[in-house]
Amino acid sequence: MNHRRPIKSGHPRPPVSRRGALRTVLATAGTLALAGCDRLSRNEGFVDVLKSAQHLSHSAHGVVAGRRAMAQEFAQADVAAHFRGNGTLVPADADYQALMRGGFKDWKLEIGGLVEKPLAFSLAELRAMPSRTQITRHDCVEGWSAIGKWKGVPLAHVLEQAKPLANAKYVVFRCADSMDGPTLDGRDSRYYESVDLDDAYHVQTVLAYELNDQPLPVANGAPLRVRIERQLGYKHAKYLMQIELVESFAAIRDGNGGYWEDNGYEWYAGI
Amino acid sequence: MHKTPPTSPQRFYRHRLPVRVMHWINVVCLTILLMSGLSIFNAHPALYWGQQSTFDTPWIAITAVDGPKGAVGVTRIAGHQFATDGVLGSSRVGDATTPTLRAFPSWATIPGRQSLSMGRHWHLFFAWLFVLNGIAYVLYALFSGHLRRDLLPTREELRRIGRSIRDHLLFRHPTGEAAKRYNVLQNLAYLVVVFGLLPLVVVAGIAMSPRLDAVFPGWVELLGGRQSARTLHFLAATGLLLFVLVHLFEVLISGAWNQIRSMITGYYTVPSSKDPSA
Repeated sequence: MNHRRPIKSGHPRPPVSRRGALRTVLATAGTLALAGCDRLSRNEGFVDVLKSAQHLSHSAHGVVAGRRAMAQEFAQADVAAHFRGNGTLVPADADYQALMRGGFKDWKLEIGGLVEKPLAFSLAELRAMPSRTQITRHDCVEGWSAIGKWKGVPLAHVLEQAKPLANAKYVVFRCADSMDGPTLDGRDSRYYESVDLDDAYHVQTVLAYELNDQPLPVANGAPLRVRIERQLGYKHAKYLMQIELVESFAAIRDGNGGYWEDNGYEWYAGI
Repeated sequence: MHKTPPTSPQRFYRHRLPVRVMHWINVVCLTILLMSGLSIFNAHPALYWGQQSTFDTPWIAITAVDGPKGAVGVTRIAGHQFATDGVLGSSRVGDATTPTLRAFPSWATIPGRQSLSMGRHWHLFFAWLFVLNGIAYVLYALFSGHLRRDLLPTREELRRIGRSIRDHLLFRHPTGEAAKRYNVLQNLAYLVVVFGLLPLVVVAGIAMSPRLDAVFPGWVELLGGRQSARTLHFLAATGLLLFVLVHLFEVLISGAWNQIRSMITGYYTVPSSKDPSA
């Protein structure tokens, strides 16, 4: 039965009303649930279950937006006046600083790992290769977006020259910038990232040396950064030094395939 | 009601098992999605319209400004600034004595500490469960007759919408036979949520995925661009929160135990018209 108490001032409240009890139960349940969520967030096994959703997303995305599906490209008028830099803005590492002072004349991109022909290219050599220019939207994992015009050499072109071996499954990008300070107990904290071969050979995956018709600024990854247009910004490694083909990234650093991945983020950043 | 009132309360099987199960899955999903969504929002607590972010001119931003006694939380909406210190922009985490600069407070986010990556893990896992549950519900509603029988109001009910609005404003609840059916405002609220807000929150969420944007390059412009999609995702979630608050309020004032029990066991005790609330 639905017994609503008539509201009359001066009437003593029943000691425990159902509604009062309900409110207490709900408040307690809420507090416990929140504490529970925080405890679960510290439970590695549970977090692994949550993180497993990325595999479902990755597979489902592959079905609806196939391997070759193209990221949207924009018009010149859409280009942002200022393209925000994020993460490292000027690498503090001495070796990078020296390269920067020399205008990156002594910089070389090395391609190695599971390839028939390990190679190294200077910036001038990369600039002489076939190029692709694209105006795309950069989506940061934080939530913001910026549209920029990128020019660079397709990664596929560089890989074809190095001839990856049949067992190569991932492309690892190794960068110049130490994320946790240049030396932290001697531990290597240089930025790195990795993608699978679908993304590596994608038409819009370029090694960019120009942003908005200018040489790539230091804040955006000079002299060279990779564009992985169908994934979030942290996959687009800046300050590239080496490209390494591997069968598995389990043995690299903490084994999650990237600096941010080792710090808890998903390897698949298509969402 | 001018009919002869039933003499004894009548037990009535109101909610079938699939609806009950999917309802509670939805409760868990929506709660976690809302709170983990606020964690994600906190990583860049500003919203924009259009394709990209105009960093200096968000339409809404939750931030902090320097005050005489340190930073103070503020919320800026369309150029107007509101003091929201203690809740939005700056708030205490747990028993801390000093405030932390964060958009939404710790008690509103999952996890409680600021962590974009952990917020994303919760959000993107439960998003799958939420979408699958939602698809199952819509299919069930269509094929079981739930939509036609329970959710769609009749013409007669629509014609009497004015009376239903009046009843709601006076906190009067239907009794007897009328209490066996959803009332017309309830019908309309559920329809707006099921076929409006929920699809919008999902589509706007999907529009933020760079890979899914590549399904048909440019489709995100239908929502006004990716940053508009982020805004719409937030607004739709706000709409869902408002719906839940009204929904909970209505449950509380219309015989909370009876309502909650009926969503657990399925059985609802039809209030007789002798009831004082009639």
